[in-house]
Amino acid sequence: MKRNSIWVASFTASIIIAIVLLVAGSPVVTANDQPSAVNADVNIDNFVFGPQTVTVPVGATVTWTNKDDIPHTSVSTEGVFKSKVLDTDEKFSYTFTKAGTYPYYCTIHPKMTGKVVVQ
Amino acid sequence: MTDKKQDLIDQKLQDLNNDGVDRRGFLKCMAWAGTGLVWTMSGGVPVSRAFAKGYGKDAAKSGDFSFVQISDSHIGFNKPANPDVTATLQTAINKINAMPHEPEFIIHTGDLSQLSKPSEFDTLDQVLKGSVAKQIYFVPGEHDMLTDNGQQYLERYGKGTKGAGWYSFDHKGVHFVGLVNVANLKAGGMGSLGHEQLEWLEDDLKGRSASTPIVLFAHIPLWTIYPDWGWGTDDSEQALSYVKRFGSVTVLNGHIHQIMQKVEGKVSFHTAMSTAFPQPAPGTAPSAGPMKVPADQLQRVLGVTDVNYLVSGRSLAVVDSPLADSGSSASASGSGAGGR
Repeated sequence: MKRNSIWVASFTASIIIAIVLLVAGSPVVTANDQPSAVNADVNIDNFVFGPQTVTVPVGATVTWTNKDDIPHTSVSTEGVFKSKVLDTDEKFSYTFTKAGTYPYYCTIHPKMTGKVVVQ
Repeated sequence: MTDKKQDLIDQKLQDLNNDGVDRRGFLKCMAWAGTGLVWTMSGGVPVSRAFAKGYGKDAAKSGDFSFVQISDSHIGFNKPANPDVTATLQTAINKINAMPHEPEFIIHTGDLSQLSKPSEFDTLDQVLKGSVAKQIYFVPGEHDMLTDNGQQYLERYGKGTKGAGWYSFDHKGVHFVGLVNVANLKAGGMGSLGHEQLEWLEDDLKGRSASTPIVLFAHIPLWTIYPDWGWGTDDSEQALSYVKRFGSVTVLNGHIHQIMQKVEGKVSFHTAMSTAFPQPAPGTAPSAGPMKVPADQLQRVLGVTDVNYLVSGRSLAVVDSPLADSGSSASASGSGAGGR
């Protein structure tokens, strides 16, 4: 009996270890499929970029979604990125390949400002 | 209306060449003028009494004339605040066509379209074709500059204009200046005229007699109404310094979709209602933007502005009227005659 329980225990342990290894191993990464904890989303609503400042690692993609009933844009003040005019529900994404601070604003309603910090 | 504002109005009335109209007379005339909001310029109350009574009969002879300001048609907008902005624009044109005195032209103070699309401008043109006033002057709003820096707008409405679309013209002795304060907007800022346009404006006004009535029109208000919402123009002070010497200056703006008025010395500022949708009064909502009202109220918060020039006073009277005349209350969203 004792031998059996030891056998069961070690078998179960191997299964658990195997499962853990399977799950924790490097996931399949396709070109556009990054772990979502790395990328960031900015919602545009009520004339505000929310959150106003996002911090992401190098290589992350930030996606702006316009949830307002008025069109907006997301344009870097240093000319790094520039969205087209985003009507309600339209999106714009940009992948940041260099570390730095990227202030941006809405060119239609310039009081709306935001910042992407890439570390 | 605060006591200070009331004193200012009384003072202005007394300053007017002893025309015999005191504050009580002013209020009487206001009630008589009906549901529209009456704002008289330096010419004072006799101006509005005259235009309502006998205006139009000898207008052509005397050099008097009227024009209409419309604003913020936002053709292409189709959200709940107004699913059919083309229809309400048509109502506005019908109202203009039904005015007792025919306006000699229309001024559109911008945001003609919602997204600067050719189809939106086409629809606008189609509706405006039906107005009795065949001459229409435009200035762009920020919604008209959304693609290729306003190229589409300039091609259609910018013939003979300079830079981003500014220009001036004269009509029966009144000098009109169309300004553009929606181009090259800076992050964190409000409306902006820019150095080039300011230089042009200074030059344009040079040498004109101070008795020439001046009308400036631009999309974003040329005075600071509410900076948090971008309701103002960063460099308007300089522009206003150029018109300080003139005896009568009227500033017509749009952008905020409600009536606001202010008098500062000889300069009278006025913003028009939109023909598309109203916006909240400053600070009364989380942000600016389309404000939904009950369907039966919509036509009361949209409107047009009738401006009457009388040679005798060398001054302009501005009358706002909503698309639907409500019998009981004349107040649209925004301020009453005293301004905020």
